[in-house]
Amino acid sequence: MLRDKSITVENLTVAYDGTPVLLDADLEFEKGKITAVIGPNGAGKSTLLNAMLDFIKPLTGQVHYYLDDKKFTYQDIKQRLAYVPQKASVDWTFPTDALDVVLMGRYGHLKTGQRPGKKDRQIAKGKLNQVGMLNFSDRQISQLSGGQRQRVFLARALAQESDIIILDEPLAGVDVTTEKVLMNLLRQEAEQGKTILAVHHDLNTITNYFDDVVFLNRQVYAYGSVEDVFTPQNIEKTYQQNRQEAEASLIEEESGKAMDV
Amino acid sequence: MDTLLSILTDHTFQIVALGTGILGLLSGVMGVFLTLRKQSLLGDALGHAALPGIVIAFLLIQEKNMLILLLGASLSGLLATALINWMTGRHSVIKQDSALALILSSFFGLGTALLSYSQQMPNAAQAGLETFIFGQASGMLRQDVYLIIVISLLVLVLVAVFWKEFKLITFDADFARTLPGPYSFLNRLLSLLIVVTIVLGLESVGVVLISALLVNPAIAARQWSHQMKTVIVLSGFFGLFSGIIGTLISSAGSQIPTGATIVVVATSITLFSILFAPRRGLIARRRQVKEKEKALQTRLERRE
Repeated sequence: MLRDKSITVENLTVAYDGTPVLLDADLEFEKGKITAVIGPNGAGKSTLLNAMLDFIKPLTGQVHYYLDDKKFTYQDIKQRLAYVPQKASVDWTFPTDALDVVLMGRYGHLKTGQRPGKKDRQIAKGKLNQVGMLNFSDRQISQLSGGQRQRVFLARALAQESDIIILDEPLAGVDVTTEKVLMNLLRQEAEQGKTILAVHHDLNTITNYFDDVVFLNRQVYAYGSVEDVFTPQNIEKTYQQNRQEAEASLIEEESGKAMDV
Repeated sequence: MDTLLSILTDHTFQIVALGTGILGLLSGVMGVFLTLRKQSLLGDALGHAALPGIVIAFLLIQEKNMLILLLGASLSGLLATALINWMTGRHSVIKQDSALALILSSFFGLGTALLSYSQQMPNAAQAGLETFIFGQASGMLRQDVYLIIVISLLVLVLVAVFWKEFKLITFDADFARTLPGPYSFLNRLLSLLIVVTIVLGLESVGVVLISALLVNPAIAARQWSHQMKTVIVLSGFFGLFSGIIGTLISSAGSQIPTGATIVVVATSITLFSILFAPRRGLIARRRQVKEKEKALQTRLERRE
């Protein structure tokens, strides 16, 4: 079967202070698929995302995005990519409500200085409805549970109406119901031909929710369809390095962005 | 009553109250961004770090030109911020609280050293540079107030225009970076506007007290509302109120410097808000806990 590639990662190496946290990664993400990036703590999963989103500059290598059969860099397709940060990355006591957060997903479609209009409000409310949170529109975000916060974040990403959705640990610390709601919605998006990519840490749910999987522990150990590569051998190979990599993981955590909560 | 009327109609009072009121308004608005970005201490460090810049600017031009002095304050404030960022960046082992304390005290120390050096010069005492330490709002001149009004208006208009973007940067900077739009420029602009606010407030409340005027209205306002828009408006109002009432009390012959009085008023508002605000106030929270406990108890009793 011909792979319908959407994102390619070529020879990507990222180093913090000369210590590589991601080594010569070569990957291809497919359109219409939900891909999980898995690996132990400090394996460079968040680093991979950060490099793909231009948060950090890689030492070597490139990331390319393919939309409508054309090749783009990240900066060119910003508007068509939605990013869902770890929910621990924001201050949930911030004075704002759920609808307002989802509306932020519309900002990419508005000009600088332009306020969201009626249509944006409608879209945002529709997305809140999809994640089952419409009744919580004007709820102060500090009063939302962990699962509800993740739902709001996903609604914001959906409101971006993008072609690619990249999520950092979307299922960390959420309840089972929320997990199902989120993954069902992501499945619908994938079926519309979108590319979904999520950093994930729970090996038990891989076969339930994901099409493809990337085994990462500083380097790519294997990637492909869950059917083909999600094997005990690959899991062991990726996770056995754990102890030796502990030192590298420490460096990564100290460097800020990669926080596992 | 007569004394109050005579103060209110006094021309000097009107000028000073207008100046401190507008400064309070501006500090209140920008303080909300500062506190929500968890940079309250940075405001304090910036205030202290402005002192050497003021003195060096004076030593260079040998006169008390407010615009030039404030420019010097901005430059040394920005230098301090850059140093703090560099020290806490990836290439260093210094944690942010240590870096802030280090920069705050060393810049302030340098400032006071330069200040006493400048006092030995013939026209320095006349310039009254030491008033920048605690501020001297009562010495505010008409042209100082014009400067405050023009700059405040400019800052407030920019906040209104880029409201959506500033709010997003403050809430979720990572997400903002993934959107198309000049977010990294706007992020720097927001920081610059905060620095401008701090520097502008130096003359009236001084380098030591400026952070009180930035932080107080913002945390007081936060107690009363869950909406950022309301918090900003309320915070601006608290700042305005503190400025005018502080000046009034100080003018009523209390002998207490205006800047300090303003800060006392602002702190009183904060104290009141923390205690008595509905829902988020300490007393309201305690009552909520009591009610919950009571409800739990009756439920338990019913089960028995």
